Amino acid sequence: MFADFDFEVIVRSLPYLFYDGMTFTLMLTALATCGGIFFGTLLAMMRLSGFAPLSLPAAGYVNLMRSVPLVLVIFWFYFLVPFIGQWVTGASQPIQVGAFVSSLVTFTLFEAAYFAEIMRAGIQSIPRGQVGAAQALGMTYLQTMGYIVLPQAFRNMLPVLLTQTIVLFQDTSLVYVLSITDFLGAASKIAQRDGRLVEMYLFAALVYFVISFVASLLVRRLQRRVAIIR
Amino acid sequence: MNYHWNWGIFFQTSPDGVHTYLETLLLGTGWTLATALSAWCLALGMGSLVGVIRTTPHLWLVRLGNAYVEVFRNIPLLVQMFLWYFVLPELLPVWAGDWLKQLPDASFYTAVVSLGFYTSARVAEQVRAGILSLARGQGWAALALGLTRTQAYIYVLLPMAYRIILPPLTSEFLNIIKNSAVALTIGLMELTARARAMQEFSFQVFEAFTAATVIYIIINIIVTFGMRWVERRSAVPGFIGAAPAAAATH
Repeated sequence: MFADFDFEVIVRSLPYLFYDGMTFTLMLTALATCGGIFFGTLLAMMRLSGFAPLSLPAAGYVNLMRSVPLVLVIFWFYFLVPFIGQWVTGASQPIQVGAFVSSLVTFTLFEAAYFAEIMRAGIQSIPRGQVGAAQALGMTYLQTMGYIVLPQAFRNMLPVLLTQTIVLFQDTSLVYVLSITDFLGAASKIAQRDGRLVEMYLFAALVYFVISFVASLLVRRLQRRVAIIR
Repeated sequence: MNYHWNWGIFFQTSPDGVHTYLETLLLGTGWTLATALSAWCLALGMGSLVGVIRTTPHLWLVRLGNAYVEVFRNIPLLVQMFLWYFVLPELLPVWAGDWLKQLPDASFYTAVVSLGFYTSARVAEQVRAGILSLARGQGWAALALGLTRTQAYIYVLLPMAYRIILPPLTSEFLNIIKNSAVALTIGLMELTARARAMQEFSFQVFEAFTAATVIYIIINIIVTFGMRWVERRSAVPGFIGAAPAAAATH
């Protein structure tokens, strides 16, 4: 069964797989995580405000993003981003956007909805009395959020945020549907060029598994260390 | 914007010459639901089995269950689908591999199997969390009454555990519907694939994706309300109300 297993093809394509593919995957994961947490926190703050013109659109956005498949969202943005770019820059034609920018916008905006739910839980985990105390000290809303609530919310939610990042890392493989050369895309291109589907897909699965598994072990260790004893 | 909207496109005949575009989308919805429901049966069955063996006192069974969950949770769904679709037939004996490759609707069966196993790992986590959230005394009381361990699980522990984890199971069920869109990569003509096909033939990109989005939202709403009804019907008086905090992680 493994008699004609060709390890040579894996070794030969390592530079391509990691230098071209994995770099794309990791860059996309890192940037989309930062953007997603930033916009997610904003969305969570909007959603928790008592002001309906802010909270309703935020709730609608989060629920919309959470009820459609990521693949469909990737297609949506692939066609939508050029038009958004045209609208933002005021150009006369839809803008040509590269694969990386398109998928970065997609993943940032899609994951923002999921990060928003995590941050909402984090903000709600802070006792209400702390907000009241901050206001009694004369702090503004932004000061209360920036100095009191958000630092604690981040700390409480750090393990969950990192777990979501691992999910995001696995989800980036879906840019395959746009024929982008991420790690899986690179493996797939070699697999089809050399007719070595078995070796390349097994190797890709192994690499994804090792990275995600080690990352989740580290998150579990972190979780024990940052837990606040109450 | 220089995009030409044409909402009438849904009633024009699609390239298959028989159905309108709207009908092709509805056919796709049928495949999405068939895939999700079949995969859900597999996920619930395997997930319950693995979740239960991880709460038994047998060390090796627990380790086996943990390994199962880690493997299916740490490999992206798309890669798992490729493994089932492209790699498995090559690793089997030739006659079995050929039989798999020539199966009609092979992409449907592959999607069901890969989605089912992928989701079963998540269901197993929930089932385990649900069982562990019960008071330890419940299991002991069941054994003290003379029930075997299997009977204790079937009649005492699982009925309560399932009720507790209904909310997270609902989101897993919604996930399996959404994740079935990944199967378009192995050629399953489900809803997202049909929307993409409609876009490719008619160039009405945004109409096609809007229709698919609306259908997904409707399915979501129906499932959410349906599950709320199940929750109300299955609630044990004096219990529930608060889902276990343990179920919230991953």
